[in-house]
Amino acid sequence: MSDLIRLSAAELGAKLASGEVSSVEATRAHLDRIAAVDGAVHAFLHVNEAALDAASDIDRRRAAGEELGPLAGVPIAIKDVLVTTGMPSTSGSRILEGWIPPYDATPVRKVREAGMVPLGKTNMDEFAMGSSTEHSAYGPTHNPWDLDRIPGGSGGGSAAAVAAFEAPIALGSDTGGSIRQPAHVTGTVGVKPTYGGVSRYGSIALASSLDQVGPVSRTVLDSALLHDVIAGHDPLDSTSISDPWPSMAEAVRRADVSGLRIGVVKELDTDGFQAGVRSRFHEALELLERNGAEIVEVSTPNFEYAVAAYYLIMPAEASSNLAKFDSVRFGLRVTPEGGGTVEQVMAATREAGFGPEVKRRVILGTYALSAGYYDAYYGSAQKVRTLVQRDFDAAFANVDVLATPTAPTTAFRLGEKLDDPLAMYLNDVATIPANLAGVPGISLPAGLAPEDGLPVGIQFLAPAREDARLYNVGGALEALLVDRWGGPLLNQAPDLSTHELKATEEGVV
Amino acid sequence: MSEISAEQVAHLANLARIALTDEEIQHLTTELGQIMQAVEKVSEVATPDVPPTSHPIPLRNVMRDDVVGDTVLTTEQALAGAPEHDDTRFVVSAILGEEQ
Repeated sequence: MSDLIRLSAAELGAKLASGEVSSVEATRAHLDRIAAVDGAVHAFLHVNEAALDAASDIDRRRAAGEELGPLAGVPIAIKDVLVTTGMPSTSGSRILEGWIPPYDATPVRKVREAGMVPLGKTNMDEFAMGSSTEHSAYGPTHNPWDLDRIPGGSGGGSAAAVAAFEAPIALGSDTGGSIRQPAHVTGTVGVKPTYGGVSRYGSIALASSLDQVGPVSRTVLDSALLHDVIAGHDPLDSTSISDPWPSMAEAVRRADVSGLRIGVVKELDTDGFQAGVRSRFHEALELLERNGAEIVEVSTPNFEYAVAAYYLIMPAEASSNLAKFDSVRFGLRVTPEGGGTVEQVMAATREAGFGPEVKRRVILGTYALSAGYYDAYYGSAQKVRTLVQRDFDAAFANVDVLATPTAPTTAFRLGEKLDDPLAMYLNDVATIPANLAGVPGISLPAGLAPEDGLPVGIQFLAPAREDARLYNVGGALEALLVDRWGGPLLNQAPDLSTHELKATEEGVV
Repeated sequence: MSEISAEQVAHLANLARIALTDEEIQHLTTELGQIMQAVEKVSEVATPDVPPTSHPIPLRNVMRDDVVGDTVLTTEQALAGAPEHDDTRFVVSAILGEEQ
């Protein structure tokens, strides 16, 4: 394996800046890695043919003495939920197969302007609906720690790409945990910023009041550097926050938990979580405590209702957002035998173009919004949203950040929960409250569960606009843990080279 | 409240413009009943005194002058991904059926 692909984005950026490595070399090393292992991992839906051209352009600009940012020339993988010029954007759905958008999503524009090199588009559950990537229309992604297991979802492709060293860093999106839960099961880092912190312009919407784009990486500093690139006000997103943001990278570099008050959410520290998930969680807290943090128990009684509220609000918003897939302006068109009216064409197209989970949620959302049920379902869910926010407000009156395990279990086997939607939905029990309240969250590796040797994540949550606190506590904990492990957790991941020839055939686009 | 019939699912599918098969309708009828039973839990705490929240971060509506912006697509760009067009417009099949 080339040493270049083992570098963090920050390390690679420094070598690029010093001229020790060119962006063409770095990009080629990652493209070679993708060619070698992605048949088995299937993190990518599309590999960018223009990557080397973009890399050589950056090399030229650097040679000409242009002032470039810390991530210039660093390759990046992009979740297929973000629209991109020059690359198909499907959001994991058959209904958008082959669609090449006429504009870039704002976070994509920003990473291109920072000189980063898009490697391609990563796999995801269709329209980000899922926790395993098994709902992708193009076949699942496989977890690099164990190819028979799920990489999390919906952003399993981005998480698996960085865990398998196919990309140093990636973009994700998080509606109920789609950045943080994949980070948990793949031993990587993922951050959901404050709602409105990163523009949603060009992010194919699942649930507009919950969606947030964020970084996916192997180190906390890398997520911070990417966060600094993509954050900021965007007039093209009416929910974009106009306040300026402090440097997240600076928060990592100055990480110090002495005097930090960390609240442990009692309701998310129960027997409902796998033993190894809980033991690694508590070890991480003890480590923080020994280094000056104060650990306090907090109660958030309404979190119990968060999953139920989420599975009303999200499908309701999704059923409305997905109405745009009408076979008129983009994507698939299926005409019924013998022709039909525009409505019949629309219905035939959506029947053929949407997978089972999308149909399930669109019908569920249509039901929750229908006359006579609106107050009982959608209206009640919005009230729970208020209660969850109040729980956060009360907790943050006493502590600086909250801590929970990121998800109840380590990576389960592909297929294990596919036929049980309710069991699948419970994967998000610890991540959903942050989306309902708009607050930021991070998941970073806490170790391996002793019972199965699979990665476990720890989640921290901060008040809205206080994303820098996550990078402070995350950066400090990561340094302590890497010191204890004698290197990054991913050093313990199996070598994928033995799988290189075992290319899976399904679904590679 | 969570009793959902196959007729209701068929009606919802029609509203959502998805031509579900009979088999899909049967399957979804069972699943929706189970899911609604689970999510009905929200009514336990959603009492009249709790105000609803539609948006996580308090925001004011954003307005701008009603003039052509600088990020508009050209006609060619707008039509580029369409299943059918005549170079100036999207083309769709008949809006009304024969009986209408």
